[in-house]
Formats: sequence, C-alpha cells, structure tokens
Amino acid sequence: MAKAALKQQKTDATEARLAGLRLPESGAWLREAREAALGRVQAMGLPHRRDEYWRFTDPTSLSAAEPAPAALFDPQEAPLFDSVDRLRLVFVDGVFDAEASDDLALEGIEIERLAEAGAKDIHWARDVYGRLEAQGHEKTDRPLAALNSATATDGVVIRVTGTPAKPVHLVYERASERADAVLHHVVKVEQGASVTLLETGPGAARLSTGLEVDVADGAACHLVRVQGRDHERRAETSVFARLGTESTFKTFTLTFNGVLTRNECVVELTGDDAVAHIAGACLGAGKDFHHDDTVFVTHDAVDCESRQVFKKVLRNAATGVFQGKILVRKGAQKTDGYQISQSLLLDDDAQFLAKPELEIYADDVACSHGSTSGAIDPEALFYLRSRGVGEVEATNLLTLAFVAEALEEIEDEAYADELRERLAGWLERHAA
Amino acid sequence: MLLDIKGLEVKLEEEDKQILKGVDLEVEAGKVHAIMGPNGSGKSTLSYVLSGRDGYEVTGGSARLDGVDLLELEPEERAAAGLFLAFQYPVEIPGVGNMTFLRTSLNAQKKARGEPEVSSADFLKLVREKAKSLQIDPDMLKRPVNMGFSGGEKKRNEILQMAILEPRMCILDETDSGLDVDAMKLVSDGVNALRDAGRGFLVITHYQRLLNHITPDVVHIMSDGRIVKTGGPELALEVEENGYGDILGEVA
Ligand SMILES: Nc1ncnc2c1ncn2[C@@H]1O[C@H](COP(=O)(O)OP(=O)(O)OP(=O)(O)O)[C@@H](O)[C@H]1O
Ligand SMILES: [Mg+2]
Repeated sequence: MAKAALKQQKTDATEARLAGLRLPESGAWLREAREAALGRVQAMGLPHRRDEYWRFTDPTSLSAAEPAPAALFDPQEAPLFDSVDRLRLVFVDGVFDAEASDDLALEGIEIERLAEAGAKDIHWARDVYGRLEAQGHEKTDRPLAALNSATATDGVVIRVTGTPAKPVHLVYERASERADAVLHHVVKVEQGASVTLLETGPGAARLSTGLEVDVADGAACHLVRVQGRDHERRAETSVFARLGTESTFKTFTLTFNGVLTRNECVVELTGDDAVAHIAGACLGAGKDFHHDDTVFVTHDAVDCESRQVFKKVLRNAATGVFQGKILVRKGAQKTDGYQISQSLLLDDDAQFLAKPELEIYADDVACSHGSTSGAIDPEALFYLRSRGVGEVEATNLLTLAFVAEALEEIEDEAYADELRERLAGWLERHAA
Repeated sequence: MLLDIKGLEVKLEEEDKQILKGVDLEVEAGKVHAIMGPNGSGKSTLSYVLSGRDGYEVTGGSARLDGVDLLELEPEERAAAGLFLAFQYPVEIPGVGNMTFLRTSLNAQKKARGEPEVSSADFLKLVREKAKSLQIDPDMLKRPVNMGFSGGEKKRNEILQMAILEPRMCILDETDSGLDVDAMKLVSDGVNALRDAGRGFLVITHYQRLLNHITPDVVHIMSDGRIVKTGGPELALEVEENGYGDILGEVA
C-alpha cells in the first residue's frame, strides 16, 4: 500500500473510532489536558499493523470501540501481597471502590481521586497529566497512551512528600465480562521522597492504564506489577517516567496468561546520576497468548544508568515480543545502558520476536544489548534427572532459574519471594 | 547380582554408528570394579546408557540393577533405584543453587521410594558434614550448580552428591581427571568411606594412580565397544607400564 493511502486509511479509521467519543466530564485543567491528548490521537492516528512498533502485535482489539468479552476467572489463591501492610486502592472494572479501599490518609503521601483533583482550579497534577505522555511521542507515536489520557474515567493522583510507612497497592478487580476500563494515574515523588507502588489484577475484560511518574531530584519510586491470570483478558499499559538528578525508578512486571498484553514503558533520564531499571517476566501458554513489552529509555544527562531485563517463558505456540530502545542524547556522557531480552521456548511452536535498538549520540558511553531465544538445556535437564529429579520438576526448576535473573531486579526480597512462589505455582499447574 | 550387563549393544540414535558391541559386565554388591581402555572405546557411552541419557539406541542385550531392567526406566527412576553417575564433564546450571539442587534431588529420590523427605535442618546438617569431609568451601554450596567451579571442584561436587544421595551403584567416569594430588586423596577417601557390603562401584579411569587409593577388586579393559580382558588389580599396573598395545594385541 502506498504511504499516502495508508495514511488516509489511518485517518479514516481514527475518525470513525473517535466520531462518537465523548470525553468524560472534568474540571478546567483536566478538560484541557484531555482535549490536548485527543488532538494528539487525531494527529497521530490510531495504531496500524504497518506502524514500525506494531508489526509484531495487532493493535485492532486494543483500539476498537468495543472490547471483546472475557470470562471471569477466580484464581483461588490468596490475594497478592496480602501479608504486606499496605494502603489498598481498589478499582472494580476500572471504577474506584471507596468501600473496599483503605483510608487514603497516610503520612508522607497525598492521594486523591482523579475526578477530585480535576475539579480543582489549580492543581499540581496539571503539570504532569498528559505532559509526560506527550513528551513520550517524540521519537515514536504512542496513540493508545494519548487515547488513554483523553478518555480515562478514573484514577488517582499521588504526591509523595516523604517516605510513607507502607506501599500503595492499586488493586484491579473484575466484576463484569465486558468491562472496558480506562485508568490514568499521576504520581509525583518530590525531592528526596520515596515510594513503592504495587499494582495487581486483571482490571477488566479490556484494561488500559496510563501511569505518569515524575521522580524529582534524589527521589525514588519502585513499581511492582502483576497482571491478572484471566485467560481472555486484554491489557494495554503505558508507563511514562521522568527522572531528576540522583533519582531512582525501578519497575518489575510479572504477567501470567491473558490473550493480549502490550506493556509500554517510556523513561527519560533528565538529571545526572539517575538510575532506571525496567524489568519484567511473562509466562504464557497457548496460541492465544501474546505478550509485548515495548520499552524506550532516553539518556539526557551524564552518569546515568539504565537496565532493561526481560524474560519470557512461552509454551504451546505462545508469542512473546520485546521491542526495546536505548537513546543516548548528545552530551549524555558516561551513560551506562544495558538491555537483555530472553525467551525460553518450551516447545517448537512458541515464538519470540525481538527488536533491540541502540541510538547513541554521545561518545563516552557503555551500552550493550542482547537478545536470545532458546529451549531448556538438555544437558542440564539430564543432569537433574540423573540425580532423581523428575522431568517435569526438573523443567520447572530450570524455568524458574531462567526467570530468576529478572526477579533479581526487584529491590525488595519479600516481593521477589512472593512472585517466585506464584511463578512456581503457575509452572506446576501448567506442567505438560 | 547388583549390576548385571549382558551383551549390551548400543548405537547412536542420529547416526549409523555402533558404539557398544556387546558389553558383558557384572558388579557384585560390596565390590569395586575398574574399567580402563583407550580413548573412544565406549566407556562414557556405557555410563550414559546405563543412566538413561538421550541419543542412544540399544540394539541388543540387557542391563539390570538388582534384577530390575534399567533400560525400561526413566533416568530419574534409575536414580531412585540406586544408580548414580559421577559425570566425566559435570554440567553447569545457571540460576539453580547448589543447595536447592542437592535437596531437590535427595527429596525426589526419597519421595519416589516412598520415604519421608528430609527436613531443612537435617539436610543442612548432612550437607555441612559431607562438604567438610571433602573440604568443599561452604561458599561453593551457595553458588549455582557447578558455575565457576574449577575442574577439580566440579569433581569434588560430584562426590558430594554421591555422599548425600548414598546410591547403591556408583559409576565414576574419570573422576580423577583434573584433580591435584591432594584432591585425589580427598575424593578417594570420599569413595572409600562409602564402600560397604551393599554398595558397588564402577570406576572408569585412565590411570593407575586413582587405583592406588581406591583399590579395585576387578579390572576390566574396554576396547572398541567390548570388555576384552578382565583381571585383578595387577591388570591396571600392566596398562600403566606397557600401555594397551600388548593387551589388545593378545586378544586380537
Ligand atoms: N553423541 C555422539 N555423537 C557422535 N559420536 C559419539 C557420540 N557419543 C559417543 N560418540 C563416539 O563414540 C565413541 C565412544 O565414545 P566415549 O565417549 O564413550 O569414549 P570413552 O571411552 O569414554 O573415551 P575417553 O576415554 O576419551 O573418555 C567415540 O568414538 C565417540 O566419538
Ligand atoms: Mg569418557
């Protein structure tokens, strides 16, 4: 198809999709932010299979006006992080449930619902909402993230001023088979402050989340996410993080099941000596499992470190995608950039598609990237079996070992241990 | 008979290459048998086939452990039945801790035999004690299996596994290669400590040196996929002095 024709097709499709769209009612600044975001969607057009970063993943079901229904799933296990003292914010099918949630008051942190914050004439969130997302398009269009900013129906805005005694846990539950949830959260971690955010659950038949995190100088934000085990759910998530001087942003995402997951993470290191770790692991089985991590890290200051560590365990014709880029801008000297994406293909039909990229405009940097795809090492498997470990248990042990490297990216051992247990449970249940 | 191999013939699965051409070998409980033989004669192949490695096709003969047909069993079932192979080239397993590996192995075998699993505390005690006698640094136990171990450390780790699993039939494939003089003594002491009336050993080696420490009851010479000569410890001395030339010439 000619370029012009493709562009026209995209424009038409976008107009058709947006035609009946009504932005949620909001106060002044938020309405402006939504309208600006909608303008970006119109200008960029919704994603198309031909777009450079959608070649491996079909965006149709994510951008369609109506979500496909997804059966509800009861995992029959204890809620995640149940043993941790945390502040729970519960969303059911994308709607905040105040009854089910904890009291929002906590020392060192201010939490408001998006609608409340949006109703105020003046609010700090105005400088973040849609702003980090807008900057995230500089090199690549991210129309679904802009659509999220425009249409989000709920969410929280969080300002961290100190070091709250407990983590904030965003719990995404489901009640209906057809819900289409669009959530957008804004987090500002003030200078020297630090926070841990947990995010778990399937959220809806189709879940779109936008998370913008502004990490000020000397501040730290840890984000640990576990996406729900519902087999038929779809999710599209976008995280935008901006890091100030000597700040830290570390995130880990564990994904089980789901037919389609697209996790984008866009990080900009704008202050010297900042550190960003972006990691994730997914476990999927079956030809209906498609999991996509798309990461973009920009180094725009000196002496910063970034790490991307992604592991995918794919079985029974499951598909994994990794697209990761490190952009080092001119002057971002002493950059230490690392990227590794690996897949473990547990049978011949599973596939892993990787697009690792480096774009470097500074001369004094150390950047490396690697991508591998492999099966269980038959020598290691035989060694274990020769010691009496059954084939299934040995395979699971080797699979856990494969994922372990990504789990090590989680700062807090307690979370890592809990996720390791969940992983082991999944492997046991899905053992061939 | 503890280990009873009769007319074992093995070819490669992928190629039309016959490697074992009728191996006959019996190891009685309480005895140490040694196998020597030129490179490529099939010693490791025999040990792999007995332990159930993929890639081989048994075209004839049988192998029994305590009367049980080994060739019918999965590798883990052979291990649970009491067979152990100390690998010529121990495998490195990134991401799996040595302790996890040892405990998983021991408990898997116990479970298969219907015995209760060992508690964490008892297991720790057991490993510490055995590691100490083999002078294995506790730090090594914390590392992933064989990762970054020196050649000699890997071999000692094999013997540690053997000491913990207490198999009935131990096959040692060139466990002496890569060991310094002191390590050779430690490993031999480890093996000798396990020698008892109920346990058999098959020690594959190229050197008489090891057999000075682990005195064999019987020595076999393997050549071109067959046991071509069997004798007492003096046979190893003969090999050491004159090489295989005379022996092989004699049987040819
Ligand atoms: N997987 C394989 N593919 C090809 N050839 C093989 C394979 N396994 C064994 N062989 C061949 O079979 C023969 C016997 O090998 P094996 O390793 O059993 O010898 P060995 O007696 O243990 O020798 P060494 O003393 O060198 O350890 C050799 O010629 C070897 O090259
Ligand atoms: Mg050999």
